[in-house]
Amino acid sequence: MALIQISNVKKHYTSGNDVVEALRGVDITIEAGEFITIMGQSGSGKSTLLSVLGGMNHPTTGEVEMAGVKLYQLPGEKLADFRAQNLGFVFQSFHLIPYLTAIENVMLPLAIVKMGTAAKKSAARQALERVGLGAKLERLPNQLSGGEQERVAIARAIVNNPHILLADEPTGNLDSKTSDEVMALLRELNAAGQTVVMVTHNPDNGRYADRTITLRDGMVVEP
Amino acid sequence: MKLHNISINNLKRRKAKMAFLTIGLMVGIATIVTLVTLTRSMSSDIERKMDEFGANILVTPQSNGLAMNYGGISLGGVTFDQREILESDLAKIKTISNHKNISAVAPKVLGGVKIGTHDVLLVGVNFESELKMKQWWKVFGHEPKSEQDLLLGSEASRVLNVSPGESLIIKGETFTVAGVLDQTGSQDDALVFASLGKAQKLLGKEGKITLAEVAALCSGCPIGDMVTQIAEKLPDAKVSAIQQVVEGRLKALNQFKRFSYAMAGVVVFIGSLIVFVTMMGSVNERTTEIGVFRAIGFRKSHIMRIILLEAALVSLLAGFLGYVAGMGGAKLALPFMAESKNAHLIWDTAIAFGSIGLALTLGLLASLYPALHASKMDPTEALRAL
Repeated sequence: MALIQISNVKKHYTSGNDVVEALRGVDITIEAGEFITIMGQSGSGKSTLLSVLGGMNHPTTGEVEMAGVKLYQLPGEKLADFRAQNLGFVFQSFHLIPYLTAIENVMLPLAIVKMGTAAKKSAARQALERVGLGAKLERLPNQLSGGEQERVAIARAIVNNPHILLADEPTGNLDSKTSDEVMALLRELNAAGQTVVMVTHNPDNGRYADRTITLRDGMVVEP
Repeated sequence: MKLHNISINNLKRRKAKMAFLTIGLMVGIATIVTLVTLTRSMSSDIERKMDEFGANILVTPQSNGLAMNYGGISLGGVTFDQREILESDLAKIKTISNHKNISAVAPKVLGGVKIGTHDVLLVGVNFESELKMKQWWKVFGHEPKSEQDLLLGSEASRVLNVSPGESLIIKGETFTVAGVLDQTGSQDDALVFASLGKAQKLLGKEGKITLAEVAALCSGCPIGDMVTQIAEKLPDAKVSAIQQVVEGRLKALNQFKRFSYAMAGVVVFIGSLIVFVTMMGSVNERTTEIGVFRAIGFRKSHIMRIILLEAALVSLLAGFLGYVAGMGGAKLALPFMAESKNAHLIWDTAIAFGSIGLALTLGLLASLYPALHASKMDPTEALRAL
């Protein structure tokens, strides 16, 4: 059984009198342990697809099933709980909380988990060590380089051992050398069993993936 | 890492904004504390002074008499069916429902006696309550202590030509002039005061009194009610209130109170507005951050808790600082506002806890909408910011 099943997902936005069709009937199946890149030009619907996949953006029609759970049929705040337990997010601009240290940023997803502070710290430390930042636990984001901030963001995304790691242009703000390091890190995590779905516009990143899905005008063109 | 760590760290990061918020709320709370404390201290000062002014309820026997005096010159009166009050009935005054407001009951018996060649008005009083009520009396010599001691008004002392320590004979009984009153400019100057029991015996009015003065004064005391209550207990007595002075002063104080509360209301409104605008601004600045929180699985209630906890912490600090600043302001302003120089500042823990509680309530109420707004933010905001 597929880990993620996206069936005929459409997403329409209304802007004044205009209706923008961001996704126009997308069907995707992703197996556990896969490394998928979603590619496409600006406005092709990549980020919308990722947000729909991440349980943050209700599709206009269609269904998203993840680990046997129909995401958008979850009642009330159960969807937030599902995200907390099953999904990890890596954003292009890192979106680290500027007033929290590296380890505090990584502990953020655990703030709403019933766990002792020591256990939370230990998990965060392990995640940071895994991304190679074990020596910079107490640094604030502005004391870290772009690549290091991206690593902290990845550590934050994996600290709760999610089923799926969703990354939106994780190398968009990095130079090519740092990009390669980050991609190698994601590949390494994938090799350890982590399912990764990554949106990117950089064709070079496709070489790290098992499979590339290309979107054009809200539709999958190369399944 | 817990939710409160996020709130505390955010407060630390936005020091200037949070200081502005704290000062805004603090000024509001300080103003309220100053006004309330000033009002209460001034009320207390007036109460104390009113006690010094003496009686404000007069209990006299019922009569059909018409007073015949004008401008302090008495021509006697036409009295029919004169009744008297039994001294034992006075105890009933202490049984009225507002008995706690009574600070002193001063019974008096009056009657004319001959001392030497002079006709003198003898007044039997309970010296203890009389001296308590008439704190403006200045006694030369010493205060009467025994039944054989007399206290003379200044004019009586001059006319009878006696000084403290000398003796006087009334109806064959020898008394000692314990003290002489300094001139008061009132009827007291011409009177001879003896102890109540002794005067009753000399005048042949044992167990009876001519009138009683009651001191029952405090801000907001229901004087009218108390008059009615005493009249019900003493149906044969005429009970009247000496209200003009009290009412005038209380009216002025009540006007100040109303002004204070109106001003406090305006300040509270402005304080709340500052909290609301600052928290709303803070929430809007943190759109991406809140989006990230939602994306990683924070519930709406978690977001609300973070925002409201920040508001609560700032409000608690503002409440405490507001109380301290307000009391300082009241202490500085009291000498200029109070009628007497020795007016005391009232330190009340209820005001301390009340001001902190008020700050907390205002802070939380004013932050409720910003918190709700934050919690309802679309998590895709975080991704949209890319």
